[in-house]
Amino acid sequence: MTQYEAVIGLETHIQLNTRTKIFCPCKADSWGDSPNSNICPVCSGLPGVLPVLNRAVVEKAVILAAAMHAEVNLVSHFDRKNYFYPDLPKGYQITQYDEPIGKGGYMDLSVPGGSARRVRIHKLHLEEDAGKTKNVHGQRLIDFNRCGVPLIEMVTEPDMHSADEAAQYLLQLRQLLRWLGVSEADMEKGHLRCDGNVSIREKGSTVLNTKTEIKNVNSIDALRNAINNEIDRQVREVSAGGRVKAWTLDWDDETQTLKMMRSKETEADYRYFREPDLLPLVLDKGWVKGLIESLPELPLARRDRFISEYGLPLYDADILTGERALSDYFEETLRQYGGDLKVVSNWMMNEVLRMLNDLGVIVDELNLRPTHLAAIMRMIDEKKINAPTGKALVKKVQASGQTPEAIVQAEGLGLVSDDAALRETCQAVVTENPAEVKSFREGKESLIGWFLGQVMRRTGGKADPGMTRSILLDLLKGG
Amino acid sequence: MALIDLSASELIARIRRKEIKATEVLDSALERIQAVDGRPGSLDGLPVTAEDEKKVHAFITLTDELARQQALEVDRKIAHGEDPGLLAGVPVTIKDIFCMDGVLSTAASRILSNFKAPYTATSVARLQDAGAVVLGKVNLDEFTYGSSSESSAFQPSPRNPWDTSRVPGGSSGGSTASVAAGEAPLSLGTDTAGSIRQPAAFCGVVGVKPTYGRVSRYGLIAFGSSLDSPGPISRTVKDAARMLQVIAGPDRHDSTALNQPVPDYLAELKKDIRGMRIGLSPDYFNLSFPDPVTGELQYAEIQEEIGAAVTDAAEVLADLGAIIVENVPMPNTVHGIPAYFVISRVEAASNLHRFDGAKYGYRTASGVQDLNAMYQKTRAEGFGLQPKLRILMGMYTSAAQYSEQYYHRALKVRSMIRSDFDRIFDPDGLYRLDALLTPTTPTTAFHINELYGDSVLMQYADQLTVPANHAGIPGISIPAGFDAQGLPIGIQFLCNDFREDLMFRAAHAYERATLDADWRKLQPQVLR
Repeated sequence: MTQYEAVIGLETHIQLNTRTKIFCPCKADSWGDSPNSNICPVCSGLPGVLPVLNRAVVEKAVILAAAMHAEVNLVSHFDRKNYFYPDLPKGYQITQYDEPIGKGGYMDLSVPGGSARRVRIHKLHLEEDAGKTKNVHGQRLIDFNRCGVPLIEMVTEPDMHSADEAAQYLLQLRQLLRWLGVSEADMEKGHLRCDGNVSIREKGSTVLNTKTEIKNVNSIDALRNAINNEIDRQVREVSAGGRVKAWTLDWDDETQTLKMMRSKETEADYRYFREPDLLPLVLDKGWVKGLIESLPELPLARRDRFISEYGLPLYDADILTGERALSDYFEETLRQYGGDLKVVSNWMMNEVLRMLNDLGVIVDELNLRPTHLAAIMRMIDEKKINAPTGKALVKKVQASGQTPEAIVQAEGLGLVSDDAALRETCQAVVTENPAEVKSFREGKESLIGWFLGQVMRRTGGKADPGMTRSILLDLLKGG
Repeated sequence: MALIDLSASELIARIRRKEIKATEVLDSALERIQAVDGRPGSLDGLPVTAEDEKKVHAFITLTDELARQQALEVDRKIAHGEDPGLLAGVPVTIKDIFCMDGVLSTAASRILSNFKAPYTATSVARLQDAGAVVLGKVNLDEFTYGSSSESSAFQPSPRNPWDTSRVPGGSSGGSTASVAAGEAPLSLGTDTAGSIRQPAAFCGVVGVKPTYGRVSRYGLIAFGSSLDSPGPISRTVKDAARMLQVIAGPDRHDSTALNQPVPDYLAELKKDIRGMRIGLSPDYFNLSFPDPVTGELQYAEIQEEIGAAVTDAAEVLADLGAIIVENVPMPNTVHGIPAYFVISRVEAASNLHRFDGAKYGYRTASGVQDLNAMYQKTRAEGFGLQPKLRILMGMYTSAAQYSEQYYHRALKVRSMIRSDFDRIFDPDGLYRLDALLTPTTPTTAFHINELYGDSVLMQYADQLTVPANHAGIPGISIPAGFDAQGLPIGIQFLCNDFREDLMFRAAHAYERATLDADWRKLQPQVLR
């Protein structure tokens, strides 16, 4: 039986998180706003209007291009892509066609087993978004709010060979976009949109066969499922002696099925030509250099450094570099704490991540800052509190916004490490429970835990467990 | 002679001296319009009556109430000792291709016949801010596509005030006719291949196409976006300079409006032209056009009287101390029209995409089943012949399989035309010209219906003006006499980028030197 290999390329549209639109001063983000409330003559394409390029858009494009290892073109051009659609008020989209801002580039996928797959970038360019239409009671309604929202279109080469790789690409891209702060990259809100191009070929072959284009995948899971679905369909089709046709397919997430939108056997002619209303985009070499130099350490590099510098296991390093803010948090805590790295990573992996999940907040929204966490860990080391108190303190700091020291002070949570006081309490427990003392002395040494518990109860959990244990053993065995 | 026959500069001086009021000037303008303009252009304006044939028909929309408010505001400022602006109280007409807040902005097309813009074009706003009084919107070729103003959807189309059986030229024919007929001393036009200069020549007025990027295009309903230049139309060079002073300069709404300082043009006019190097090129004295049947290029001399007017002007300038440089080669002039034909139509077809009936303007009244049918019917009914021809040609020459052969080739030709000018204006080159002096048009005004319908031949009326649009350089057409039929002749100065100052100086020097010429005493037919 013939073995098939999938060939996958992804086309992504990334909504940049600038304050204003790409060619006019309207607010870029209209999430939740009523239709046509964020528009002006320019973005709604009235006669006579002209586009004026937003500098912040260019800056974010340069940052992303550099982070994708693409070459930043110091001179690029805008072009018109002409077609009719009601949500495209000018009847053309201003985009970059043959001389875009970014050239080349790649992303290395970290795939299970440690091997890396390099996905090359075919194209990275700036463009304006179109509006939205919807049909209501047989009427077509148009919302122009999204017109002129800045987008980067980034297209990969057909370098991926499984749905998992495609999903991994999208996952890493989303991570990178947020890491760089160029996009919110929320797929549900359409900040990050993805179309998949899928074809199959016999394993070992290098030909590119007819591909289908999958549209409307709104999550990473949807992309994975849709591609798997389509690979299966193509294999069935070809195995049955049929051929794959150049269809555009629409993914229905509810039914987990693909539907044919249209046949795309002939290419549309968009009659591209230079946008005469904009001058060539000429970037200052020094400005670009400055942007590239101020790029943050990128996710994979930081992950690898966490492994090599801190000796973290891959799993922990992966998680701790999932978001730039989380990895910054980790390193800042480590710096403030100055103690054992494993302690920090344990607290991060357990307490902090759990809290983030439970509260549904992002790292930057935590009241529990790295200084607080470091202070709590230090208090434990210094036996001012015990570990359970520390864990409780984490929650209390988060809930109250107060410093751990203030809470310990106010609630009297400090460990009872005063030898005399503790010995007194231990003695009382021993004296008041002759039956248990007898059992212990007859060999039931596991009762030490029960005695410990009694002491803890009387001290409100403040007793140093180690010291308590040694005093109790002293009293029980010596008695 | 009525108040409105005075130059803008004279009107401003008198208003500032409180000898006359802006409202009186406005009354004079409205009186003149009442007397000579006839009925305004409208969608159901045909047939043209015998009475219509004697009138100018410059206007589509008269904004007399708005004008009254503006004139009153100027008078109020004068009374309160406030600065009333550089164009205080001067009536102006606006080519109906500019958007004006709350005013019909039709582009002389059915498809925009009901469109009231919600914003004002930068150049119009600057005129208003300078105290100009906007009389209304004047007629033009539909979307500026033509050289006679006949293709307007609003009929009757404008007529030439010197001979109302003839066209005023175009596409700014309403603008130049309104200025020639003394309805206003100033008008705002646009020039994509000669659409200011050619009708200025036909109507015996001054027309300026500034450097591309000198005046903002924001609010100008686009034709050929890389060629369109808004500019002044006036009866004197000084008035044109004053108006350009007001409308020129960078604009945050137009990134192609370049960040170049605007010189004091009026101060420049006071300088003489001694030592100025002015060129004459044989390539501007004949005309080449394809034979309608064989397609082969034919050559023809331009109208003899026009050529003579240019050489006479050269002598006048030489007498004033200019150095005349003859035989300046401009070898790519012959390619101007074919290259323009392609470039302008590719841009026009794209610029017309937005008129789809979905958002504003005309939408078909017939019931349609789907979106495509709505587009098709709306555009079939809303556009006249010229937009349709330009869409067809533009779509064809920018199609993927043809664009290399046509569009990209035309762009290369365009840069060759630019290099002709670079060579003659090069300060270290062989010619080191300050200006090139040429005829503006190959002929004087032709008869209504004479060329209309032959879009190719019509286009060749722009052969001597279009090179400046390709190159982006400034040009001015000024009156230089009349032909044997009593029709105005225009001559043209072309200068290097942003050298409107030199252009005004040369034109002003010629104007002053010929101020007492007999031909300057002639009156347009409609005012006789």
